[in-house]
Amino acid sequence: MTTAMKKKMVQWDATDIKAELLSKYPPKVARKRAKQIMINEALQNDTPTLTANVRTIPGIITMRGCTYAGCKGVIMGPTRDIVNIVHGPIGCSFYAWLTRRNQTDAGPDGENYMTYCFSTDMQEQDIIFGGEKKLAQAIQEAYDLFHPKSIAVFATCPVGLIGDDIHTVTKNMKEKFGDCNVYAFSCEGYKGVSQSAGHHIANNQVFRHIVGENNEVKPGKYKINLLGEYNIGGDGFEIDRIFKKCGITCISTFSGNSTYDQFASSHTADLNAVMCHRSINYVADMMETKYGIPWIKVNFIGAKATAKSLRKIAEYFGEQELIDKVEAVIAEEMPAVEASLVDILPRTQDKTAMMFLGGSRAHHYKELFDELGMKTISAGYEFGHQDDYEGRQVLPNIQIDADSRNIEEITVEPDGTRFKPRKSDKEMKALDKAGYKFKQYDGLAMDMDKGTLIVDDLNQYEAEKLVELMKPDIFCAGIKEKYSIQKLGVPMKQLHSYDSGGPYAGFQGAINFYKEIDRLVNSKVWSYMKAPWQKNAQLTGSYNWE
Amino acid sequence: MLLRHTSKEITERKALTINPAKTCQPIGAMYASLGIHGCLPHSHGSQGCCAYHRSALTRHYKEPISASTSSFTEGASVFGGQANMLQAINNIFTVYNPEVIAIHTTCLSETIGDDLPQIKKKAQMEGKIPKGKYVISASTPSYAGSHVTGFSNMVTSMAMMAEPTGKKNGKVNIIPGWVEPADMEELKRITALVGVKTILFPDTSGVLNGPLSGEYKMFPDGGTTVAELQSTGDSIGTLALGEWCSADAARTLDTMHKVPCSILDMPYGLMATDRFIDALRTIAGVSIPDEITYERGQLVDMISDMHQHLYGKKVALVGDPDQLIAMTEFLVSMDMKPIHIVTGTPGKKFEKRIKEITKDIGCEVNVRARGDMYLLHQWIKNEPVDLLLGNTYCKYIARDEDIPYVRWGFPILDRQGHQYFPTVGYKGGLRLLEKILGVLLDRQDRDAPEEKFELVL
Repeated sequence: MTTAMKKKMVQWDATDIKAELLSKYPPKVARKRAKQIMINEALQNDTPTLTANVRTIPGIITMRGCTYAGCKGVIMGPTRDIVNIVHGPIGCSFYAWLTRRNQTDAGPDGENYMTYCFSTDMQEQDIIFGGEKKLAQAIQEAYDLFHPKSIAVFATCPVGLIGDDIHTVTKNMKEKFGDCNVYAFSCEGYKGVSQSAGHHIANNQVFRHIVGENNEVKPGKYKINLLGEYNIGGDGFEIDRIFKKCGITCISTFSGNSTYDQFASSHTADLNAVMCHRSINYVADMMETKYGIPWIKVNFIGAKATAKSLRKIAEYFGEQELIDKVEAVIAEEMPAVEASLVDILPRTQDKTAMMFLGGSRAHHYKELFDELGMKTISAGYEFGHQDDYEGRQVLPNIQIDADSRNIEEITVEPDGTRFKPRKSDKEMKALDKAGYKFKQYDGLAMDMDKGTLIVDDLNQYEAEKLVELMKPDIFCAGIKEKYSIQKLGVPMKQLHSYDSGGPYAGFQGAINFYKEIDRLVNSKVWSYMKAPWQKNAQLTGSYNWE
Repeated sequence: MLLRHTSKEITERKALTINPAKTCQPIGAMYASLGIHGCLPHSHGSQGCCAYHRSALTRHYKEPISASTSSFTEGASVFGGQANMLQAINNIFTVYNPEVIAIHTTCLSETIGDDLPQIKKKAQMEGKIPKGKYVISASTPSYAGSHVTGFSNMVTSMAMMAEPTGKKNGKVNIIPGWVEPADMEELKRITALVGVKTILFPDTSGVLNGPLSGEYKMFPDGGTTVAELQSTGDSIGTLALGEWCSADAARTLDTMHKVPCSILDMPYGLMATDRFIDALRTIAGVSIPDEITYERGQLVDMISDMHQHLYGKKVALVGDPDQLIAMTEFLVSMDMKPIHIVTGTPGKKFEKRIKEITKDIGCEVNVRARGDMYLLHQWIKNEPVDLLLGNTYCKYIARDEDIPYVRWGFPILDRQGHQYFPTVGYKGGLRLLEKILGVLLDRQDRDAPEEKFELVL
């Protein structure tokens, strides 16, 4: 399949583009994909209109990964002082080894196992006779070598198929050691339809086995947890810097730059601030029910979004000292951001972007493109659910299919001794009256312009078509998509692991991002596609060498 | 320290692999498949396998890697993956229209026992494979062997496409093994210089080192064509470079179609290249042109010119068996001392071969097949080295132990050049030597006290 870059369509009509995307598919595939491509109406519906979180079509080159990737790679990958042992053949552990750019700061002497890759490296005899003994032995060897405070075990595809009881093995080892918390994640790759199932499984087990293990009250005021921040390219460091400056105490981050103890004492915080709604909302909900910690949606991607999120946190605590401090910090940080924009905006204004990412990032980064004066003409998630597109108000009307039903939902009860409402009824009512929203997320569609294209689980063929037809100035997705897009002469920015660079969160991060996008969309390299003799192929006369 | 928990004291581990020196079979099969012209590799398993392999290959090559997957769900894992595979074949030919789909299995589809040849037959009966298009398959269970085994298994499936006509084609099959696109290009240059007509398979040159031109070709111009693969049964012989990567395919052609074969080492360094060129000469009955002998002389010249910087230097190296065997021999041939050698790939023959090659270096040599980088690092802590050779993961060891380090092998995720500049043959030997000398002399310059800092080295 050869796609020559066609001239940018001056007037493109979303309906035509959708039809074009579907035209090559076999009828059955076209019917299915049609439901996952939405011409945005930006309405707040109660019933979802876009289909999402459904099976990928076999043979259609997808961006998606597996449940294991969502569990081990995304949620547990950034935890530095837990020995993460992958139970399975070698590949799964190998590919998740240092490939996500999660940064961590263990200090000179702290425990840090993130640079290590642990695997039971299952062999044929383990598949035939079972791998439980080998797993127990591997846990023992890890314990003897490192004496970590915690060991986590991750199941890969064959483990579930051969029926290894990893939960009993880990329970027995935990009892045997006495000073090491050992637990397992049944995150076989074939479960669910994408990484998203793995997030849920990770949330469940972290909540069940770690959260609440340490009741010691940490010092500090305005205690929050930051949920769904993975410290890619140092994002978490920048957010921590801002929190510190504001006097906000971050008890735990799930899970960028995190430690076991942060998770264990996270129930002592007074507010959960949720960044990545898709990957972590389960833990937020469970912590609210069990411990009485309310949660709010925040976003630290984008300078304005950062300011808004800080104000939202300050408003929750309601103390003038914090409100003033937050305003002072914003006032101090914004001039540099604005100065950077004064320089860059003229070069980015009115350019166009496409983003197909994760389960929240495509939404978060729209903020930064807005700040750059760039229009997001098409976007979608790789593994988002319907509430990520159209808002949490659709939750009661999402049909649960067989694939979702297979993923465990934990029933949580208020904790007998540790449940403590963080606000009185009166305070909650006052916040509500002032328009303060807990547990609210409006989704991507509301923020996208009317008539833009929202595409769920975009695949390689559709990506290429979209770029060919709409010719955006920049395309954002992951590493697998990067070079097929760039071959077309369109810059591509990875927004899973950022290629390189970062942080892009917070105020400093926004400046970094402006510079990066300026670099990409204005790079000279995109003008070198054709050699002089290709641009001017016809020889009109012969030159004489003098 | 980045690997701060690695202890000097070595204890035996029976069950826990730490910092592996291998990965799983399917990625090797995927890489090999990309060396067929117009081929879409297909991973029969859950979609994470395909995503991981594509990501790893993309990071290594900085090129698009197209591959599809059967996207198993829990249902498919229980009832078998046939329905997914049939649907995939239909979708792939309709949407992407490759010449060939090269299917490899995964630990998932192997554990449940999916029978690919049977599924292919069914697809054929149902008319899902258009006329003139091909579906080939290889069994690549992740729980056996390593990425090298998967590569070899797919190359063997390629050999099985041979359809002898009974009339010899006068060509020599060259099976290069898991080398870079630039190496495949170099092998073609060398054989053309020697004047031997060849069929090189797989051939990822022109596939994974493509240009940026504003045009995206899902199936680039490079790769061994189906016609060439079919013709391998008519060749006068096969040179298989590397026992682990290439021998099975060569032997398959020998057994099935009586195409005789020689199994050689990968042509890294002086001696292995000598044997390769000489074998080429013998098998094709040609004399070697002066140009090749001249290139050889240049490599010998550089070894001689810089011998003082190489002599006696201790080296640790990690990688895949075929590459390590040839590289160890190259190092020994320059009077260096490879003392710690690890591959994650199993194979007793590997340890034997390395011991043979290093028997006269005058010091104890640690060698381990089915080893890991944790062990390598421990060996280095016990007996430090002057040079480390291996893939990008070695940079953590190199930094902690402050060892000069050359990136070599798979994957290389943080440097460029391997797609474009060969390391096989005499010219490749020069490049390897340039890189090795570069890091050794940079170190000498860095550490020299001011009074010993020299202009001329």
